Amino acid sequence: MNKLTNALEECQTKQEKAFIPYIMAGDGGLDRLKSQLLFLENSGATAVELGIPFSDPVADGPVIQQAGIRSLKNGTTLKDVLKKVMEIKNDVNIPIILMGYTNSILAYGLKEFTTDCLQAGISGCIIPDLPLEEEAIFSSIKTAGIVLIRLVTLTSSQERITEITAGAEGFIYAVTVKGITGARDAFGEELGGYLKKVKEISPVPVLAGFGISTPEHVRDAIQYCDGVIVGSKIIECFETGKEDRIRDLIQASKGLVQK
Amino acid sequence: MNTYTQPDKTGHFGAYGGRFVPETLMAAITELEEVYEQSKNDPEFQRQLSYYLKQYIGRETPLYFAENLTKLAGGADIYLKREDLNHTGAHKINNTIGQALLTQKMGKKKVIAETGAGQHGVATATVCALLKLECIIFMGEEDIRRQKLNVFRMELLGAKVISVSQGSGTLKDAVNEALRYWVANVDDTHYIMGSVLGPHPFPVIVRDFQSVIGNETKRQYSEAVHSLPDAVVACIGGGSNAMGMFYPFIEDETVKLFGVEAAGHGLNTPLHASSLTKGKPGVLHGAFMYVLQNEDGQIQEAHSISAGLDYPGVGPEHSYLKDTNRVKYTSVTDDEALEALAMLSREEGIIPALESSHAISYGLKLAKEMEKGTGLVICLSGRGDKDVETVQSLMGGSEHE
Repeated sequence: MNKLTNALEECQTKQEKAFIPYIMAGDGGLDRLKSQLLFLENSGATAVELGIPFSDPVADGPVIQQAGIRSLKNGTTLKDVLKKVMEIKNDVNIPIILMGYTNSILAYGLKEFTTDCLQAGISGCIIPDLPLEEEAIFSSIKTAGIVLIRLVTLTSSQERITEITAGAEGFIYAVTVKGITGARDAFGEELGGYLKKVKEISPVPVLAGFGISTPEHVRDAIQYCDGVIVGSKIIECFETGKEDRIRDLIQASKGLVQK
Repeated sequence: MNTYTQPDKTGHFGAYGGRFVPETLMAAITELEEVYEQSKNDPEFQRQLSYYLKQYIGRETPLYFAENLTKLAGGADIYLKREDLNHTGAHKINNTIGQALLTQKMGKKKVIAETGAGQHGVATATVCALLKLECIIFMGEEDIRRQKLNVFRMELLGAKVISVSQGSGTLKDAVNEALRYWVANVDDTHYIMGSVLGPHPFPVIVRDFQSVIGNETKRQYSEAVHSLPDAVVACIGGGSNAMGMFYPFIEDETVKLFGVEAAGHGLNTPLHASSLTKGKPGVLHGAFMYVLQNEDGQIQEAHSISAGLDYPGVGPEHSYLKDTNRVKYTSVTDDEALEALAMLSREEGIIPALESSHAISYGLKLAKEMEKGTGLVICLSGRGDKDVETVQSLMGGSEHE
């Protein structure tokens, strides 16, 4: 069975919330990857979202854009990333989800990408510029047993949420802001209602992401869903050497007893 | 040829096109598609559009028989479709007026757009002033530096120009940033895409609004010569003037269609913008199309002397027409384009835009190879006033910036 699906089921059994941090592959050099993954694993993260740098990341805000630029300057390619993950897969247990744009996978070649992901033990993929309508081109990834995480947003209608969540794998990525990735001061008022709605409809766990940057945000969000994804803040913490803040965020997700 | 029905209902031209956008935008582009479909059959919308095209933009534009150029070539009769005579000096406004009217119809109050050299930005700011829409233009900081006058022009027209420093600070980064802004402000904002690019339905909408070029040409040519032209030539950046010119001719098999990309310093150098010739299919800005990219799928910088052709991709419909061989795509270098600009200025008293000069250059070559008595139409997509400074610095022998 898929490692990610297993980890999420374990959370549900333990009545715990999931916490998935995002890091940019190759930011600070790929040699750093193993220690970052181990740190997150040991700090209690459920899985890791591993960003693939892309020249034109339209869904990302400034922090992840900058991390991508730094990574590209280091010469990081998707090939190198998968090779590195393959190398360290016996030392790292945490499920890995790749987050990358459609063109990176197309350029790699779908068949080779799927084969290499399987070899590297990749559990899932999140492709933010691949809506349901275009998903068919990557159906072979799903067939191979790698889950393709679908996103719903505040602008998705009830009807559309139903369509997207039907047949969803792994978890549903509920985007909690109208906008790009990155920290926000406060959430929109619609947030709670929206997450509740998605949760009611979805047959798989619902994780909230985009704009979650403080323990308060984490506590807010997990009242309504099964967990959170934190990106820009994690990158910032690694970048500035404030790894203990990452622990605080993960702790915030564990602190709340299910209502 | 069979009836041409591209794209299909899901916005695919064969394998190309589609809607590769974040989920947040799906509601907006679906709404846009619905409103656009309604507008096509709405007599009031069509009446408004015709009114502005005639009274505000100054259409129709002439199909001018270029007698001196024809003599110089010594082959086909050369006709120029004078899109340079539109209000604001290029074909861009055919599309912006249409999309601004759609914006009103959707009840949105704010418009955003990207611009490279500033032509699409000016055309957008112009119609926003006319229709009282708030207007924000995204422009790369590098382009802002190169096109100070157009920035001021947009500001005069009441637009706010936002400098984009992300990435390489050029057109593709301005599109990225405009898309990001749209994702965050989708409720009250419409994105006026400037070319036949982006997610469905943009390539269709822009093509349809620009088709006024080809439709007029077909009628005007038929009135003057009582037949169809033998060949039609247009330059291609993203591909909007070419698509508008070609579309009404696609089913007319006898009409040969030629799209001219920018070869920059030459196709054997890294400095060019020939996505169809040197690129490969990939996804950029919401569509599957030919793009300039490296092995890892990172989008590469395009280069052309003309900012309007300086884009590392070509719209999905052109990508399809290339693969099906309905249109022949070729390219012209910076130097050849410059030469053509000077030549047309001297021969016909018309200073063409550097973009259009690519079409002029190839058109002249082609006309020479064609028999006397045949007819060739070149789309003169814009006027060259905006380029005079660039041209002066290059021809004056001084180093350009």
